[in-house]
Amino acid sequence: MELTTVWFALIAVLWAGYFLLEGFDFGVGILLPVLARDNRERRLLINTIGPVWDGNEVWLLVAGGATFAAFPEWYATLFSGFYLPLLLILVALILRGVAFEYRGKRDDDGWRRRWDLCIIGGSLVPAILWGVAFGNIVRGVRLDANHEYVGGFFDLLNPYALLGGLTTLVLFVLHGAVFLALKTDGDMRQRAGRLAERLSPPAILIAGGFLAWTARAHHDVTGWILFTVAALALAGAAVATRLRREGWAFLATGATLVLAVFGLFVTLFPDVMPSSIAAANSLTVDNASSTPYTLKVMTWVAVAFTPIVLAYQGWTYWVFRKRLTVDRIPA
Amino acid sequence: MDALDLARWQFGITTVYHFLFVPITIGMSALVAGLQTAWVRTGKEHYLRATKFWGKLFLINFAMGVVTGIVQEFQFGMNWSDYSRFVGDIFGAPLAIEGLLAFFLESTFLGLWIFGWDRLPKKVHLATIWLASIGTLLSAYFILAANSWMQHPVGYEINTEAGRAELHSIWAVLTNSTTLVTFPHTITACFLTAGAVLLAVSAWHLKRRNQEEVFRPGLKLGAWVVLIAGIGVLVTGDLQARVMTEQQPMKMAAAEALYDTSKPASFSIFTIGSLDGREETASVRIPSLLSFMATGSPTGEVEGINDLQTAYAEKYGPGDYVPYVPVTYWSFRLMIGFGGLAMLVAVAALWFTRRGRTPSNRWLWIAAIASIGMPLAANSFGWIFTEMGRQPWTVFGVFKTADSVSPSVGAGSVATSLIVLTLLYGVLAVIEVGLFVRYARAGAPEIEAPTDDPDRPLAFAY
Ligand code: HDD
Ligand code: HEM
Ligand code: HEM
Repeated sequence: MELTTVWFALIAVLWAGYFLLEGFDFGVGILLPVLARDNRERRLLINTIGPVWDGNEVWLLVAGGATFAAFPEWYATLFSGFYLPLLLILVALILRGVAFEYRGKRDDDGWRRRWDLCIIGGSLVPAILWGVAFGNIVRGVRLDANHEYVGGFFDLLNPYALLGGLTTLVLFVLHGAVFLALKTDGDMRQRAGRLAERLSPPAILIAGGFLAWTARAHHDVTGWILFTVAALALAGAAVATRLRREGWAFLATGATLVLAVFGLFVTLFPDVMPSSIAAANSLTVDNASSTPYTLKVMTWVAVAFTPIVLAYQGWTYWVFRKRLTVDRIPA
Repeated sequence: MDALDLARWQFGITTVYHFLFVPITIGMSALVAGLQTAWVRTGKEHYLRATKFWGKLFLINFAMGVVTGIVQEFQFGMNWSDYSRFVGDIFGAPLAIEGLLAFFLESTFLGLWIFGWDRLPKKVHLATIWLASIGTLLSAYFILAANSWMQHPVGYEINTEAGRAELHSIWAVLTNSTTLVTFPHTITACFLTAGAVLLAVSAWHLKRRNQEEVFRPGLKLGAWVVLIAGIGVLVTGDLQARVMTEQQPMKMAAAEALYDTSKPASFSIFTIGSLDGREETASVRIPSLLSFMATGSPTGEVEGINDLQTAYAEKYGPGDYVPYVPVTYWSFRLMIGFGGLAMLVAVAALWFTRRGRTPSNRWLWIAAIASIGMPLAANSFGWIFTEMGRQPWTVFGVFKTADSVSPSVGAGSVATSLIVLTLLYGVLAVIEVGLFVRYARAGAPEIEAPTDDPDRPLAFAY
């Protein structure tokens, strides 16, 4: 396999990992006002993701860095083209990250309420915008012959991409609810389970619609298969939630996210950012990539260190495997 | 202002802001790890209290370091897309490696440290903070390698057809002579900064004779760290000055506002004159010192701005190759000056608190408490000097700042992000300083008796 293909696949893996991991902590953030009734319950929810959210976010940073290193043209076009949405995402991630650390640092209801809003908004905005961004990438955007984005901000808000945004939103919220059912005990576990059950049908409808639209527009067989399996996994998640098999449900929502991302990348290939003006303007794995030497260096680094990272991140989840209950949150 | 100016302001503001938190993170993670090690080895309670106290302050700072770092990572693509296209083949690699090797390590093990206080065996828990600390050092190494490549590009070739710089040796990039001097200079500066945090906060408590068992050793530790790291900063700074004179002679000339080539060259400590430095009304000078700094010999020749400008115009084509001299001249002096001042305060602190003394002179305490700001200022001026002294280049001798900016991003967009981020950073600064002061004043916590109940409440949770 060509190294450019390998790196395209690795970037797909990084995004899949990001959606799989930060997906549930976005979901938990969004569910803060829905599932928690008082401050102790809000703390309970936040503590389920406390030890891991920052490590999850690094998947995004590495996806960005890897894109810069392996496909500089893609990084340059994407980040300058999607300027304002990315600015919104940045603001959201800043507020959210600070809020986790600072909300408990003063015993003051107003203070906590304001940081809670930052957590909620800071999770909601990226949960929608990442879907919008991916929708636009797959659909193609207005790139000129220099690979510069020449569309406007509102071009990004087309129906297909907006449906993509709804899809990531609903999938992340479902994934978060399932995660909470898995990680808490007692009353919260029941409530999270019930919510996940109620969320499943709309999730199937919205995500299924988006994936079917993508499959129809692109006629990519492998993509089509991946989307089908993703949809089946989502249906499986619905069944598992209903049966209160929380571990299985979490695996299933995770599989849905990962397979959907893989499907989108497979559909995209060999383009990395198609141009809607002229096919010749599209960025592809070939014309956007770094030199073979750089790709080779990066491959060695990735081969050597990714297993180590996976091992210690996995160990973190093992260390914090115990379900949390409200009694363990200091009053 | 056009998009270029706005993007420059944004880069300067966001990077300097990021670097207010970075040195505290790098220095304090190691100091906290050291204190915790002392506790694990001796079992003395005041070490544990110190670990928890400084650990809290460290975390308040760390949160800001993380969120401002994300902006940095995105910014190259958003505002500097032509730069990213040109250098991505080289510059992207250290950035990606930094993420994979350093950021994962930092963030994962810090999460384990915060939440692992009563879940992990003592020694495993201790290892987590050391690993996080190693992560911060790795992160610094790779990002400084990236930055050093901009100061002194190596291991590459220009592909004119593709219109970009291409990597030929990653080893050359990672062992760039510039990186090898910049890394120790920056890291020692980080320790100087963290030492000053300990010194200043301890002084605040000691002045009030609060918790002397924690804050007298805290003050001494801080002061010694400032002193030892400070000497390291001076030594590495001197090495760096020599490397810089060789690689970017214009930066050294601009740092001295030295217009005419001189042999030997004197070092000007202070000048009163016209701001562009062309006319001098009064100055304080040390003979031959600049020759020594720049070349290692008191009689060495130091090239002046005018000769260099002529030489560069010949080499790179017509244009203005002189950075903005007042900024380089003053930022260089302020970097050294603020760092030196912090060291003086440290010496005074050690002298006046020797053998259990507690002085009563108000000004001494004020100076000790103010010392927290001095290394922060020195760091900022150091970066402003390094980066603005490189102008008009982003990659020295290869790629100009004016060619780096994103062509497709309008001034309106950049202005929006500049305003939004600056306002947000301003508000967050007020909040973070407020929290920092509140927790610094609260003093070290009392330690609760340990229990073996696996279902006890989380001690150190959010
Ligand atoms: C000398 C050290 C140094 C320098 C010059 C920079 N940083 Fe930094 N950065 C760190 C040292 C550091 C650190 C010590 O590793 C931080 C500070 C606080 C923290 O949480 O980690 C960090 C955090 C941090 C993060 C968040 C990591 C996380 O989520 O854990 C990102 C994405 C960046 N940085 C990126 C950058 C970029 C793109 C820079 C260049 C413009 C930059 N930093 C300059
Ligand atoms: C990998 C690391 C870095 C890269 C790639 C980088 C790159 C750049 C670029 C592209 C600019 C804009 C061009 C310009 O106006 O000068 C700039 C400016 C600037 N950078 Fe860096 N920089 C890096 C690290 C840092 C750090 C760590 C600091 C310090 C905190 C810093 C401080 C500044 C300042 C103050 C400016 C503004 C100077 C000016 O606008 O004239 N830089 N840098
Ligand atoms: C005698 C004292 C010092 C000397 C001779 C010195 C020298 C230098 C030089 C020559 C540079 C620019 C390197 C380049 O652009 O290639 C630099 C940068 C810098 N200095 Fe200093 N310095 C001194 C003290 C300090 C102090 C006290 C601090 C902070 C506490 C500090 C922090 C920095 C930082 C953060 C940078 C930018 C990063 C870098 O390029 O290493 N310096 N210093």
